[in-house]
Amino acid sequence: MKAAIIVFPGSNCDRDIKVALECSIGAKPEMVWHGDSGLPKCDLIVLPGGFSYGDYLRSGAMAANSPIMREVIEATRRGTRLLAICNGFQIATEAGLLPGILMPNASLKFICRNVLLKVESVKSDFTINYSKGDVITMPIAHRDGNYFAPPKELEYLEQNNLVAFRYCDSTGRPTTKANPNGSAGNIAGILNEEKNILGMMPHPERVVDSRLGGLDGKVMFECLLQQLS
Amino acid sequence: MKARIIISLKAGVLDPQGKAIQTSLHDLDFHTVNNVRQGKCIELNIDEENEELALKNLRRMCEKLLANTVIEDYSIEILD
Repeated sequence: MKAAIIVFPGSNCDRDIKVALECSIGAKPEMVWHGDSGLPKCDLIVLPGGFSYGDYLRSGAMAANSPIMREVIEATRRGTRLLAICNGFQIATEAGLLPGILMPNASLKFICRNVLLKVESVKSDFTINYSKGDVITMPIAHRDGNYFAPPKELEYLEQNNLVAFRYCDSTGRPTTKANPNGSAGNIAGILNEEKNILGMMPHPERVVDSRLGGLDGKVMFECLLQQLS
Repeated sequence: MKARIIISLKAGVLDPQGKAIQTSLHDLDFHTVNNVRQGKCIELNIDEENEELALKNLRRMCEKLLANTVIEDYSIEILD
């Protein structure tokens, strides 16, 4: 499985995802600078977390218009998988790869802690080895993670099983208390219609080793290895 | 030509920053204030043949980058 990680000015979780892919599934991802033209042939592209362009104007807005993104978008149209984490999710929505937008957290605070997520859609290469209804733990670290989409688009996501993860309590209920940022429907991650793109605010690359607090992210990378090899 | 673009949140979109500003204004005893909404102002110079072409390109800039039309409206003013 060949993976490419796009690095924007201000990305800071690119090396984390590289190490996570190396350690969890033995991948050898290629780091691709945003200004390069020429995306290598790959099965998986990652848009990593961080603060691309300092979150200036809007989080992910300028990165979405980076030179490399034209090729990233074309690759996803050909079926290449795209994993868009945190700032990557923001970039993906700004680029029109996923519906909606990530707005400032309702509390206006930067939130950096573990959250519980309910696995909703398991019909994707990213989530196939989870069981529907699984409650998993992943960390979030963001100030603009409040997912919003117009009502018709939210309805479409729900009706077509495109919500991948939802913030929940320990019993799997998506309560207001369990929602760290005010996201519509407690949405933490979504898939596109073709299910080759996953955007999520939590960081799966930070839970690939029990020494780092958990293994719930490793499952996702093992899914991808299994499905894309 | 100088242009000023005002980007504002669409009506109905929650604005916690506006709310925080309102609370601070009330704390300063400006109690007659309500419905505070925070937006952005971008000023730029644009070198086009005529105003019509400038406005056309400015609209394209807003649609493509400067505003996210899921939650934002924009207005454009040519200043010179």
